[in-house]
Amino acid sequence: MAEGDAVRVRGLRKRYGDVVALDGLDLDIRAGEVFGLLGPNGAGKSTTVEILQGHRSRDSGEVSVLGADPAAPDRRWKARVGIVWQDESAVTEMTVGETVRHFARYYPRPRDPAEVIALVGLEAKARSRVKELSGGQRRRLDVALGVIGGPRLLLLDEPTTGFDPVARRQFWELIRTLAAEGTTIILTTHYLEEAEALADRLAVIAAGRVVAEGPPGSLAGRAEARATVHWAGPDGVERSEETGTPTATVTSLARRFDGEIPGLRVTRPTLEDVYLRLIGQEDPR
Amino acid sequence: MTAADAAPPAAQPEPDGADGAGTAGGTGSDRERLPGAWQLGLLRGAMEIRLFFRQREQVVFTFAFPIVFLFLFASIFSDTMKNTGTTASQYYVTSMIASGIMSTSFQSLGISIAIERDEKVLRRLRGTPMPPAAYFLGKIWLVLVTGVLETAVLLAFGTTVYGVDLPSTAGRWLTFGWVFVLGITGCALLGIAISSVPRSGRSATSVVVLPFLVLQFISGVYILIDTIPNWMLTVGSFFPLKWLCQGLRSVFLPQAAAALEPAGAWESGRTALVLGAWCLGGLLLCLLTFRWKNRGDA
Ligand SMILES: Nc1ncnc2c1ncn2[C@@H]1O[C@H](COP(=O)(O)OP(=O)(O)OP(=O)(O)O)[C@@H](O)[C@H]1O
Ligand SMILES: [Mg+2]
Repeated sequence: MAEGDAVRVRGLRKRYGDVVALDGLDLDIRAGEVFGLLGPNGAGKSTTVEILQGHRSRDSGEVSVLGADPAAPDRRWKARVGIVWQDESAVTEMTVGETVRHFARYYPRPRDPAEVIALVGLEAKARSRVKELSGGQRRRLDVALGVIGGPRLLLLDEPTTGFDPVARRQFWELIRTLAAEGTTIILTTHYLEEAEALADRLAVIAAGRVVAEGPPGSLAGRAEARATVHWAGPDGVERSEETGTPTATVTSLARRFDGEIPGLRVTRPTLEDVYLRLIGQEDPR
Repeated sequence: MTAADAAPPAAQPEPDGADGAGTAGGTGSDRERLPGAWQLGLLRGAMEIRLFFRQREQVVFTFAFPIVFLFLFASIFSDTMKNTGTTASQYYVTSMIASGIMSTSFQSLGISIAIERDEKVLRRLRGTPMPPAAYFLGKIWLVLVTGVLETAVLLAFGTTVYGVDLPSTAGRWLTFGWVFVLGITGCALLGIAISSVPRSGRSATSVVVLPFLVLQFISGVYILIDTIPNWMLTVGSFFPLKWLCQGLRSVFLPQAAAALEPAGAWESGRTALVLGAWCLGGLLLCLLTFRWKNRGDA
């Protein structure tokens, strides 16, 4: 295992009955990295994350998480791994504060429960029973329980489902804070702008395999992709031209229009364009 | 303030690089002590008990159920039983104490653990460094507290309404003590074991209640022990409830009532043996069969 790898996966396979969920998946995630897993419903993201957590068995393949095989986790290893599942979680008669303080007691070096409650924006609800929380507030409690132990590695499966836009930004800040402290973070999401905002690197999974991997800005050749220059013709109809040299195109247009170019836009493929192409659902525009 | 509220002084998250990023394997600096199973068991017990009493409906029904049954049986069958110096009502007081002990241990654990498994409470706990023993210790505390309360309520009712006498000698109190502890432990372990049988939380109640009902019929809880067909009693005597009932009769009924027993005696030694065996066997069964996830969810 390379120095500084938090997670290393080779040839991971898993099937449920007849369904092949993972079909030879490889991953390398460096310590301290924020790593995003993207992929359509049923691609195998949750299965991957659950195997990394040690909560799901695998059929074959090598897996090393924080230097250990998650299939045989010990208590110290568990103390270093924080988990937020895609589907949580029991609704209890406990209050938010009681729940967070209770879970803090399981760990050798927990974070301050009050601080964690504030980090997920639940201060006002600290004395409410969990069953009285809204869906998004429950989800925030899940996140609080994932980080309460001060994990070295945090595994988040669609953590922001049900978050309102403010809560989402607050969550992004939390992730950046944790990343700045050196926490390795792996998260799955269906929100591409979230992946772009948070992840140092991304992997796109489809049908149980990694189909592309890289930083969001250059995933699958996105950085080198040809740009499209859009402008409005004299008749007001939009024109566009795909080009590898957009600056030259704009310069020549400027000369042609002798000054301002009406309706000028220069675009490159968005993460969504790249993503849709990768999973073979290209939007025929 | 309760145990769970008194959080330890929280360690600050370590500053960047102190021992984070570079050492993914992270061995050297993680030598701090993990909280112990016994201590966390107490913490969980305190929490389980608090949660139990927050569910008011559950509290009322848990405690009212055996009292209602005691009232029904003891009022319907109240004759003096010949040559025993005791009444059927008094017999039912001991029966219902036994049944109450089994319902707070076997039935409540069997159902609640199956539901917690289904609702992913167990999964969340498995994801923390909490030692599994702490979870079971917490359940045992809950069962002990509710079992003692249930027994106390039934005894209060039995002594005031049906003229049952509290044990008069230290020896009988001692017997009461070990019968209670061995009986409730054996039944609790059986409850933990049966919680792994239902496929989901929804089916847990039926899966757990049916064998409990059957056991109550063949162990002399609802039907007087001298009326049950011998072969049924033989089946019943493989399980702890029959011996729990018998042990409690030896504590609360006059010596002459031993004539009711098939053996004509209280058989204290055998009672201790069978209940003790269930504690050991139940523990083994739990260790071998306990599941943290629903069946088929690999
Ligand atoms: N417990 C299970 N039993 C049987 N099949 C399962 C189970 N869990 C997942 N699967 C199947 O495995 C495949 C991968 O599922 P997985 O949950 O890993 O997908 P995902 O990428 O997380 O999807 P989503 O975006 O919807 O969360 C799917 O075809 C799913 O139907
Ligand atoms: Mg998923």
